[in-house]
Amino acid sequence: MQDLHLCATEKRGSKQLGGEHVGWDEVTQGIILTSFDGDATDIVHQKAEQRHYSDFNSYVASVASWRVEKPVFNIDVCIDCQNCWVWCPDTSIISRDKQMLGIDYDHCKGCGVCVEVCPTNPKSLLMFSEQSGLDEALAAWPEKKKKEEK
Amino acid sequence: MAEKFDLNDREVWDGNYAASQALRQAQVDVVAAYPITPSTPIVENYGAYVANGYIDGEYVMVESEHAAMSGCVGASAAGGRVATATSSQGFALMVEVLYQASGMRLPIVLNVVNRALASPLNVRGDHADMYLGRDSGWIQIDAFNAQEAYDLALCAFKIGEDHSVRLPVMVHQDGFITSHTAQNVYPLTDEAAYNFIGDFQPVDDLLDFSRPVTYGAQTEEDWHFEHKAKQHKALMDSRPVIDEVFAEFEKLTGRKYNRVESYMMEDADVVIVGLGTTVETAVVAAEELREEGIKAGVVGIRVFRPFPFDQVREALKGAKSIAVMDRSSPGGAMGAFFNEVSAALYTTDTRPLVTNYIYGLGGRDFSIDEAKRIFKEQQANADAGHITTDIQQFSGLRGPHLGYFQTQRG
Repeated sequence: MQDLHLCATEKRGSKQLGGEHVGWDEVTQGIILTSFDGDATDIVHQKAEQRHYSDFNSYVASVASWRVEKPVFNIDVCIDCQNCWVWCPDTSIISRDKQMLGIDYDHCKGCGVCVEVCPTNPKSLLMFSEQSGLDEALAAWPEKKKKEEK
Repeated sequence: MAEKFDLNDREVWDGNYAASQALRQAQVDVVAAYPITPSTPIVENYGAYVANGYIDGEYVMVESEHAAMSGCVGASAAGGRVATATSSQGFALMVEVLYQASGMRLPIVLNVVNRALASPLNVRGDHADMYLGRDSGWIQIDAFNAQEAYDLALCAFKIGEDHSVRLPVMVHQDGFITSHTAQNVYPLTDEAAYNFIGDFQPVDDLLDFSRPVTYGAQTEEDWHFEHKAKQHKALMDSRPVIDEVFAEFEKLTGRKYNRVESYMMEDADVVIVGLGTTVETAVVAAEELREEGIKAGVVGIRVFRPFPFDQVREALKGAKSIAVMDRSSPGGAMGAFFNEVSAALYTTDTRPLVTNYIYGLGGRDFSIDEAKRIFKEQQANADAGHITTDIQQFSGLRGPHLGYFQTQRG
């Protein structure tokens, strides 16, 4: 579900700066960083996984270490309403052709907004501890909540 | 193409009008401006040129000087030729963004009409705002009259936009004394002026969608030092470029500019070192004193940043006693200009006597008589062979004498 080659790279920034021992005379004038390698004319029409990001693009940087709790996605409950995709402040919801596919855990900071805005019953996104596995989380998924009697 | 503007060979312009004409002839793409006395007419005139079709550019009205310089930074990063103007409090409000512009290496031209900083509130000229920008990484060029405000604004584009420099440039002129005094100005034709500056050649422009770039990224301790070193080198290396541009301008107009201007310095014993209109006043005083047999000379600093350390040493090496004139409140120290000139002189073998005069704050007139009195004090120092007065004095101040650091020696 997560295998979209969207993972962050560990050696970001190393290529353009020329490795560890670059001197002051080799840095780019004016702190200007390129976002993509090569021509980027039609980049907007390409999907993220098809783009040639430069080592300086924020896309290749991981912020996963910020997270304490992670959202887990249950595809069986999801109605593909795209609410979470709209609300995610870090564009970490992976959606292709209006179909929810999962979460980009390299860029998700665990804020829980997606869970808050999920309208299904039970919610198709729930927060679990960072350490818990996918199967473990899905096994603990709650049942549909009945409406309270009036 | 823009409408043709009718110019005579000789025009009567004040410094503001001269600066605005330079911006028109440079065909600036974007001016983001907020008005402030005394620089308002520069952008006001520019707005009229845009409205009347003399410029194919954009005039952006913003809500503060901070926003004006921010708009300029954005427009310059996008790939346009950008200029604006400000003074005093507006300059102070811009300061935060001035560092952004120079750090991102954006060749913005800023016309600064120098004015005192409040409080007390004052719209008249002194150099407090020029000093405020001295560490901001901008090239700072100082015009002594309206003709120079025009000439140097044209040069500023060519210097800043040079691909080896790529730094923002300030062109200073004295508030009201230069900016609101009409003088004869000999302008270039529009074609000659534009050809001199040349088309703007952007580097890494944000509007190049085939190569998206990020401007002003975060660096922290692992790269900040290296970037600042490179920026400082660019500023230092702009010195020969400035000289080349001045030489090219001389070829075009016959008007010669130097990073340090020397007047009657061949055999001068006593010297006034100053900035702005003060230089012209001191020159007149020196000429009059020469008739009395006092070997007076004047040095004007044309390029305040990068500071012409070596040229200051060279210009002043034969002098016996020197008055360094600071038109800004010293704020609990010797005047900043005094410190820099003395630093240059300390490394010479002759090491002349140097005193610091604080004068003309908030537009207080600096007269020929006052300049003469200062020259005569310097002559007394030169005759005695040591400083006979306070090292720092407030000149032209009402009330009892105010000075510090007396060095009375036998």
